[in-house]
Amino acid sequence: MVDRIVVGAHYGLKDWLGQRITACVMALYTVLFAVQALGLPEMNYANWRAMFAGGFMRFATFLFFACLFYHVWVGIRDIYMDYVKPAGIRLALHAVTALLLIGYLGWAAQALWRL
Amino acid sequence: MSEVALKKRRPKHLQLTEIRLPLPGFVSILHRISGAGLFLMLPFLLYLFTSSLWSEESFAQYKAVVSNPFSKLILFGLLWAYLHHFCAGIRFLLLDVHVGLDLPSARKSAGAVLVVSLLLTVLIGVKLW
Repeated sequence: MVDRIVVGAHYGLKDWLGQRITACVMALYTVLFAVQALGLPEMNYANWRAMFAGGFMRFATFLFFACLFYHVWVGIRDIYMDYVKPAGIRLALHAVTALLLIGYLGWAAQALWRL
Repeated sequence: MSEVALKKRRPKHLQLTEIRLPLPGFVSILHRISGAGLFLMLPFLLYLFTSSLWSEESFAQYKAVVSNPFSKLILFGLLWAYLHHFCAGIRFLLLDVHVGLDLPSARKSAGAVLVVSLLLTVLIGVKLW
């Protein structure tokens, strides 16, 4: 094993770690979601809405989305870095992706907070 | 030696059609493909999520969309993508903390990821279908 001392701005480490922490949060949420969904007596609007309307589930679901979009950002950026070489196109893709993800978070939050 | 000279001497074999990926490599590229697929389909998934919660009417609309056989097929694919990404992700996290790093166990866990994610897809898919 190499004992490497991490120096500098830590951007790579931060994203690497962030990708993994968000993955753990999402994995836990996935189990929570599955348990809650399986526990629904019947899949109708009232039950489905009530499942997300509780304070804890709303908080957890928002956290899931926030983690998801950060995780997506790191993963998709890795894909661009591997396959998209022209700087201009890569920059454009980065910008579009980041803006989309911010918009997605607003979209999901809006749906959750009007419950 | 200059960097250019070094680069020239390096043997390259990037014939994608000729490379036979080992099982862990196969799981790895599927992890990337499933992630990219899920990203591309996020607008559809978010549309389904928000319309399922918005109102009684939009919930009915959501029901209509997900009961369409074509979107069922797409959702089935996305379900597999999510479950594969989930299982392979747990495997990568374990590898990160040096669990199952040796080749025989890495091959076994790669096979397990493929089998378990497919099984879960069929199980959950049949229940939801």
